Amino acid sequence: MSLNALEMKDVSFSYNHQQVLEDINFTIEENDFVAIIGPNGGGKSTLLKIVLGLLTPDKGEVKVFGREPKKALDLVGYLPQHTHFDLDFPIDVFETVLMGRYHGMFKNYTSEDREIALQALKDVDMERYKDRQISRLSGGQMQRVLIARALAREPKLLLMDEPMASIDPEMQNSFYQLISHLKDRMALVLVSHDVGTVSMHVDKIACLNQKLYYHGPAEEAGEGLEEIYHCSIEHISHGIPHRVLRKH
Amino acid sequence: MFEFIQYDFMQRAFIAAILVSVACGAVGTYVVIKKIVSMSGAISHAAFGGVGLGYLLGVNPVVAAIPFSIVAALSMGAVQEKVKISEDTAIGILWSVGMALGIIFVNLKSGYAPDLFSYLFGSILTVSNTDLYIMLVLDLIILMVVFLFRREFMGVSFDEEFSKVVGLPSTLINMLLLALIALSVVVLIKVVGIILLIALLAIPAAICKQYTYDIHKLMISSTIIGAILTSLGLILAFIFNLSSGATIILVLGAALFISYFIHE
Repeated sequence: MSLNALEMKDVSFSYNHQQVLEDINFTIEENDFVAIIGPNGGGKSTLLKIVLGLLTPDKGEVKVFGREPKKALDLVGYLPQHTHFDLDFPIDVFETVLMGRYHGMFKNYTSEDREIALQALKDVDMERYKDRQISRLSGGQMQRVLIARALAREPKLLLMDEPMASIDPEMQNSFYQLISHLKDRMALVLVSHDVGTVSMHVDKIACLNQKLYYHGPAEEAGEGLEEIYHCSIEHISHGIPHRVLRKH
Repeated sequence: MFEFIQYDFMQRAFIAAILVSVACGAVGTYVVIKKIVSMSGAISHAAFGGVGLGYLLGVNPVVAAIPFSIVAALSMGAVQEKVKISEDTAIGILWSVGMALGIIFVNLKSGYAPDLFSYLFGSILTVSNTDLYIMLVLDLIILMVVFLFRREFMGVSFDEEFSKVVGLPSTLINMLLLALIALSVVVLIKVVGIILLIALLAIPAAICKQYTYDIHKLMISSTIIGAILTSLGLILAFIFNLSSGATIILVLGAALFISYFIHE
C-alpha cells in the first residue's frame, strides 16, 4: 500500500483572530495533478505553507507521505511566486538551483549534488544558461530556474504557488508541457486564482475559500459548479475567459 | 611627501585601515545584498551603550562593546521574530535607546570622559596596539564564521522562505549574521566611530556590487577597495589636518558617486 502524498484532516488555521482555513479535509494521492483554485485571500498560500511546515495549524492533522510536514521536507519541492526576488542579487543560475540540494550545516555540496542540479537544469531546458546571473533572465526563464531548484530536491510532491502569475500568457502552454512531463515522477499541486486555463490541464480541482468546497476530477468541475459558486465567483472569474464557468 | 609613514601611529593607522576592510568586505557584502543597512546602523549606534558601560566599569570600551552590541543585535533579531512590531520601528528604537544607555552610563561615572568623541567619530590616528589585536582577532572570527556558514548566509539573503523549506535553520542563521554585524561594528568603531561607521561598512560592497555578480569576487574586491579608500582618507586627513573618520567617509562617498558614473 502506498502512502498518500498529502492528507489533511479537519485542518483549521487563523491569523490575527481571522479564520483563514476551516476544517479542511483533503487528500492528494501519489502522482496526482491537482489545482487548488480560489480567490485571493482564500487561504491558498496558507495551505501550501502548512504543507511546507512553515505554518502550524491551530487544529487538525497534516501528513505528508505519512510524516509531519517538517519531517518530510526532503520529499517536497516548492515553487514560490517569484515576484519577491531581488533579481540584482549576486547569484547565478547554477548556484540558485544548487540551493535545492541543501542538506544541512557544514555539509558541502557533493559532486552528486552538482550532477543532480545540472540534470534539473536539463529537465527544464535551461542548461546553457547555468552561468548566467539571474537578473539577465526573462520571467519565463527565471521560473524554469526556480522549477529546477525545486526539482533538484528530487521531490515526490511539488507545490507551485501561482505559477501563472509571473509569466506571459504565451509561456503558459510551455509551462504546462514542462510540468506534465513531471507527472509520473511526483504528485503536483498548483495553486491559482485563474480557473480558466488551469482546468484544461490538471486532473483534479479543489476549490478553496476558507473552506474546501469542491474536490474532484477536473472534467466534472463544471457539474460541481453549484458548489464552486460558493467561492466568490466574481473574484475567480473576473476578466478571464469563462471556459469552465457556464453562464452565471 | 610620504614621510608620514615613518610615524608609529601612522603605521598602526594603515594596519587598522586594512583590518577594517576585511570586516567591510566579508560582512559589508551581506549587509548590502541582504538590504539590512539600516539595521546595521541601529546595531552600531546601540554599541555606544557598550562603550559607555566600558567607561562605567573601567574596562576597555571597545572590549565592553563586543558583548553589548552582540546582545543588542540578537535582541533586535528576537524582536523581529516574536513581537509584532515593524522592523522599521524596531530599528529606530534600538538606534536611540542604545545611545541613550551609553550616555547614562557615562553620566554615572563621575568625571570627564576624555576620549568619548573618538568612539563617536573615530580616530584612526590614536589606534593602539591593543586595538589592533582586538580587531585582528575579531576579523579572524568573522572570516571563519563567514567561511563555515557561507551557504546558509547566501540562502537566507537570497530567499529566506525557500531556505526554510529545505530545512535551513533560518532564525539561527539570521541571528548569527546579526552577531557578525555586531563584531564588525566593534572592528570599525575606533576607525570611523559609531556615528559614521555604517557608511564604511556598506560603501565598499555597494561600489563593487555594480561591477560583479560573483559573491566571492564581491567580498574580495570590497576588501581591496575598502583598504585603498580608507588609506586614502587617512592620508588626506593627515595632510590637511582634518578629522580622520569624517575624511574617510567622505572619500568613500565620493568614490561611490564616481563609480556610479563610471558604471553608467
